[in-house]
Amino acid sequence: MDFTFSEDQLLFRDSVRDFLVNEVTPERVRASWEKDDGRDAELWQQLAELGLCGMTVPEDFGGLGMNELDFVLLAQECGYVALPEPLVNTALVAVPVLSRLGGEAASEYLPRIASGELRVAVGCSENGLVEDAAQAGLLLWAEPEAFYVLTAEQFSTRYNPSVDPSRRLYAVELGSDAKPVATGDQAQALYQAVLDRGALGAAAQALGLAQRMIDISVQYSSERQQFGKPIGSFQAVKHHMANVAVRLEYAKAPVHRAAYALAEDAAGASEAVSHAKLVACEAANLAAKNSIQVHGAMGYTWEVDLHIFMKKAWALAGSFGDTGFHKQRIAEHIFADGAALGAGTTFA
Amino acid sequence: MKLNFTEQQNAFREEIRTWLAENVPAEPLKTFDTEEGFQQHREWEATLNKGRWGMVTWPEDLGGRACDLIEWLIFEEEYYRAGAPLRVNQNGIFLLGPTLMEYGTQEQKERFLPRMATGEDVWAQGWSEPNAGSDMAAIRSTAKREGDKYIINGQKTWSTRAVWADWLFGMFRTDPESERHRGLTFILVPLDTPGITVRPIPQLDGLPGFAEIFFDNVEVDVSNRLGDEGAGWSVAMATAGFERGLMLRSPARFQETARRLVELYRANQASADRDPGVRDAVIRAWMDAESYCLSTYQTACRLSQGGKIGAESSTNKIFWSELDQNMHGTAMSLLGARAELLPHAPDAQGVGTWLDGWMFAQSGPIYAGTNEIQRNIIAERMLGMPR
Repeated sequence: MDFTFSEDQLLFRDSVRDFLVNEVTPERVRASWEKDDGRDAELWQQLAELGLCGMTVPEDFGGLGMNELDFVLLAQECGYVALPEPLVNTALVAVPVLSRLGGEAASEYLPRIASGELRVAVGCSENGLVEDAAQAGLLLWAEPEAFYVLTAEQFSTRYNPSVDPSRRLYAVELGSDAKPVATGDQAQALYQAVLDRGALGAAAQALGLAQRMIDISVQYSSERQQFGKPIGSFQAVKHHMANVAVRLEYAKAPVHRAAYALAEDAAGASEAVSHAKLVACEAANLAAKNSIQVHGAMGYTWEVDLHIFMKKAWALAGSFGDTGFHKQRIAEHIFADGAALGAGTTFA
Repeated sequence: MKLNFTEQQNAFREEIRTWLAENVPAEPLKTFDTEEGFQQHREWEATLNKGRWGMVTWPEDLGGRACDLIEWLIFEEEYYRAGAPLRVNQNGIFLLGPTLMEYGTQEQKERFLPRMATGEDVWAQGWSEPNAGSDMAAIRSTAKREGDKYIINGQKTWSTRAVWADWLFGMFRTDPESERHRGLTFILVPLDTPGITVRPIPQLDGLPGFAEIFFDNVEVDVSNRLGDEGAGWSVAMATAGFERGLMLRSPARFQETARRLVELYRANQASADRDPGVRDAVIRAWMDAESYCLSTYQTACRLSQGGKIGAESSTNKIFWSELDQNMHGTAMSLLGARAELLPHAPDAQGVGTWLDGWMFAQSGPIYAGTNEIQRNIIAERMLGMPR
């Protein structure tokens, strides 16, 4: 039993955190909002040069050969800066799914994804809309009975603006020449793989977003004075933030366990992911609610940075399976006849 | 990261499981808030100790097994799974025991720990006073040094298990000129000393689970002082850390409650589903109990690799106490009109111990430092908000 990350995993996390905090400032996020395609080609190239786009690509295909567990801490950091670039969907969802599919698609596209040259989008019918579909050269589209790998000319898109201006969402229409590369059980497995990894990515980012909203609110409430004191010295304000800290603290281990379960292909991985998604997004939503309250009217403005993180938290809560979808998966597990529940069953 | 148990850990689990199957009393003991039940629980502690299961994290020469935190969690899982009796001496073995090991002299360890382990000495707490509750530094009870004695005067209250306990550990003001958390001393007091009056206080369930204690020129030998004179506050903070932290509230208890809640829901699903909030609360209860378990294992692993526990231990106390209230509150909703019935009511079939648990759950957010105090600690020491 070892529920800790390795020294290497933590060091890598630290170096990526330093890079992201320095490079992906709120100003840079806002600048990307102003662009037509919402994307920052220079930043994407920097991420690729750091090895991040290819982090989960097998070494034979020019990547670092790492897995979901190696990446989960980085996904938290992506959330912390509200990274607009689709790094989490690429490294945590598209690449592992394409690797599982294998064959020609994997050998043809994975090296190009690792180098940053090819942008890939990934979506599933549970979600409907696909992030970055119009910006991507390649689309992975998962349905329960059919899995597609499509190049740009094989599908068309319709833009749907999101409350989070970083998210570029598209309805996708498959062209008449689009043929599934997998059907039946294989498609079902890939569909699950997309949903589970997408949900894990949302959960991990939610942890980072919640932490960022705490940090911003603590700083604001330490500086803003009313009644001759910083408002953060008042218990009503303190307790708003303490409540977020409690929910966040207890959402971390479920997310790390879910990443481990996916990396190990463990039984029960899907329930672990649903648990992680629900508690992490709940923590982020509470962070958003309490942070805007602590900011007062300033929090309701476009100018103060809080909304960059708050809106991403709102958006991620419904992506890759909404609360109904994930609670249903938990319910099927715990209300089943003969379910192993209670003390001593967590790691069984 | 490797989330499975070693062969050695599995063997340990098997060993305790087998022992409990053979030794846990078939009939549940009477509550330890009655004289008869107290005695039964004291005997159970002796039985546990004979099997060397009394306090597995203690060193082997003190009757323990020198278990690490992971083995401790495994022990607790099996203990709660088996429905074994509550620990009447938890103030001693979980709180004072570890404090003694950290601050006690060799003589004190030899004098107190073995008798604590066998249940011969059951311990009560003496922290709160009528005017020192959340504000514990307002303690006024005095211990005046005279030669090799302390003369204790004053009053303690909310002293859990004190009605039938043998000893009390508490904090007293040894420097009458001192204020707040300076000048306090941690002293161990035999409850049969002349000058002590114990007045039972009936709890929410009507039973005397705690008491107030009056001290009238009570003489205690200086050798009963734990830590230095005037250093009581830091000794007590270590004990309070054990109380809030993972020693006292291991996840197994809450996971077993969540399991029973799922069972109760399934047995009453048709009526329960008329209120969709109940089903949702059951799902949340299971997830939160699971989160608590996962987080505790993660913390235990971090600590065993040399990490330190900090202000985040205050999040622990809030999380488990609110979870316990939510789970029992959900059970009360599920039981509907039967929820108010006492277990011995003739038509109370199937209500089990939920009502007792519900009443007890009310105390969780209050004892061991109210949740409001914990939130202040989180905000100021973990998040760095201004005082």
